[in-house]
Amino acid sequence: MRRVLAILAAMFCLAAASDPAERLADPSQEARARAIFREVRCLVCQNESIDDSNSELAADLRRLVRDEVKAGMSDEEVRDHLTGRYGEFVLLKPAFSWGNAALWGAPFLVVGLGLLLLVRGFRSRGAEAELSQDEAERLARLSDDEPT
Amino acid sequence: MIVEIGAFSLVLALALSLVQAVLSATARVTRSRVLAGAGEGAALAAFAGLILAFAALMYAFVTSDFSVANVAANSHSDKPLLYRIAGTWGSHEGSMLLWCLALTGCGAAVAGLGRGLPDGLKALTLAVQGVLGVVFLAYTVLASNPFARLDAPPIEGRSLNPLLQDPALAFHPPMLYLGYVGLSVVFSFAVAALIEGRVDAAWARWVRPWTLAAWSALTVGITLGAFWAYYELGWGGWWFWDPVENASFMPWLVATALLHSAIVTEKRGALAGWTVFLALAAFTFSMLGAFLVRSGVLTSVHAFAVDPTRGTLLLIILGVTAGAAFALFAWRAPALSPGGVFAPVSRESALVLNNILLAAATATVLLGTLYPLIREAATGEAISVGPPFFNLTFTPLMAALAILLPAGPLLAWKRGDARGVAQRLWVAVLIAFACGLAAFALVSPRKAFASAGIAVGAWLVVGAFVELAERARAFRGPMTETWRRLSGLPRGAWGMTLAHLGLGVFVLGACFETGWKLEAAEAIPIGGRLDVGAYQLVLDQVRGVEGPNYDAERGYLRATKADALVCEPRPERRFYPTGGQTTSEVAICTRGVSHLYVVLGERRPGADGPVWLVRAYWNPWALLIFIGPAIMALGGLVSLSDRRLRMAVGAKEARA
Repeated sequence: MRRVLAILAAMFCLAAASDPAERLADPSQEARARAIFREVRCLVCQNESIDDSNSELAADLRRLVRDEVKAGMSDEEVRDHLTGRYGEFVLLKPAFSWGNAALWGAPFLVVGLGLLLLVRGFRSRGAEAELSQDEAERLARLSDDEPT
Repeated sequence: MIVEIGAFSLVLALALSLVQAVLSATARVTRSRVLAGAGEGAALAAFAGLILAFAALMYAFVTSDFSVANVAANSHSDKPLLYRIAGTWGSHEGSMLLWCLALTGCGAAVAGLGRGLPDGLKALTLAVQGVLGVVFLAYTVLASNPFARLDAPPIEGRSLNPLLQDPALAFHPPMLYLGYVGLSVVFSFAVAALIEGRVDAAWARWVRPWTLAAWSALTVGITLGAFWAYYELGWGGWWFWDPVENASFMPWLVATALLHSAIVTEKRGALAGWTVFLALAAFTFSMLGAFLVRSGVLTSVHAFAVDPTRGTLLLIILGVTAGAAFALFAWRAPALSPGGVFAPVSRESALVLNNILLAAATATVLLGTLYPLIREAATGEAISVGPPFFNLTFTPLMAALAILLPAGPLLAWKRGDARGVAQRLWVAVLIAFACGLAAFALVSPRKAFASAGIAVGAWLVVGAFVELAERARAFRGPMTETWRRLSGLPRGAWGMTLAHLGLGVFVLGACFETGWKLEAAEAIPIGGRLDVGAYQLVLDQVRGVEGPNYDAERGYLRATKADALVCEPRPERRFYPTGGQTTSEVAICTRGVSHLYVVLGERRPGADGPVWLVRAYWNPWALLIFIGPAIMALGGLVSLSDRRLRMAVGAKEARA
């Protein structure tokens, strides 16, 4: 609901980043600026990039980024400038830093842990299956009742 | 008067839920059939009470009774009937009432439909369901009463947010809540099974239909929400990785994992502990979603809870309910039997991999959603986690899942034949590569990642057909034999094939739309032109129109392709005087499965008279993004109709 309200506030003017009045003359520079917009948070909005937002601050940030892109700064320099000014909060893509190690590492950790458990399961079970005759009989029984 | 009856019914339902919990639990302890029957009766009566309460609130909304605080805050007498009805669940209080309606409805369904369940398990399930009912009903009655009256009723209400006045959104919450709360049954079953100390194939079979039903409802609910965002917000986007969306997506991911692990438990008796864990986790994520959305803790990172009392109460409910369930799990799960053995290459392994990847995906979404909070609490530094993070982490996990998926159903249980599966799938591999290469070579501009996505989508679609052909032994015998086998396939098999096919269709649409969507925006006068892709749009005129509760400017455009008229988009820009809000009504021309998407923006003064900001998108294959999940949900429903899943059948087999 809050997000809806935020978006609603933005809808008073339906232009945002695609507004022709803001656009850069050079299409390749404009494309670069748009790509940066999508990774920069509109600081006063709920959860929007400055590409989507129509708040005044977003328009100011867009102007800033466009000016810097036009002045020949690299994407990296533009982003560094923004974080220097507003802190890491302004980037929608969290930095690859130690502070964010848990965030970026979590998917790998879960997959790794899952695979480890799976492999360990095979090892211990494999040994049992070799030894026990009960297991073999049970396997045979299980395969009999299973229609394929 | 009717509103008071509603309030009374709500309190009565709370009392009845308590009775249900106590009687059912006592019935289990004393093994009394009479008490169990009384508990079931209480469950049915609690549901009846909530139907009354809900109908009373709906009546207040339909008749615009502004002496009810909730109606005054969320309705308006000008609103069309559909949205006055939808207003019933459009607010915090109303949506909690809907939650409770679904919760008691599920309890009543277990009481009424679960005839074949063992007495002990059924009584315990109803007891747990009753406790959940007590908790949430107490919250509704004490902290979020939808029937509270105003001392001085206003003459007119404050209206429902105009963005929410939309058919898709009118039905989005009920479907979503059915899904969220449907998982409560699975949760109750899991707690009951842990107390009984028995999680076996029969249990997994009883849980499956509930998971399927909840999963299907969630799929439809989430898709409706995405569809609404797509055509109502006017950005042409359909998924924003917003915390609110993530809150609904996490239960879906867990429910998907549960559907798959429950198959292993049902067919092979393995993974029992993990399946129970997922059953508990699914509803926990539903409750977490309810908390996140309502407390405002996430959408506004710097203010804890819009209404701190409510947020805190929901957090306590979440902590106590989930905490108790997982403590029970930690205590009882080690006693569960480990189940059957399987080889590294087997269908069990494939399903375990599916679960690992889905669990990692859930963890990613969870951490991405909560990490800003954690980091700020720990170090005081504010960071943002937005779509770029999810694109880099979630997408590869899903890609891995999609690449493994077609092999899964072709593997045999216990010990699979990797080479045999490869032989059966090489055609699909070739077709997928051909599709990817074709996309790379033919669609301009060239995009490697999007083309790879097309290959993955094609792989899933062809893989689903290969699996079907394998089951039917197609091309290996006479056509009549193939047909006989196809028509003899159980509905569950069809459901699975449809769900996997739907995923493929979705991937195709999502990759094509994301990769090759075109955007154009110009400020144009009457008669002005805007080109987007192969289409030319001409703004013929802009007229003022009057709606039931809004004023609008309507643009009359003509879209042509190579000088042939294609369609006449009529986008609107609406102004709702009640709330002082402006919204846009997007015009969408469907061309095959692609969309030409036109938005009328603000009027500006130009050099020669006014100009209008017109934005247009060419969204290729966008329709598939919504058709795919619809096919998946259909698969869920088809599977649900499988006669093997009917409870009585499972019970009969369990007794035999």
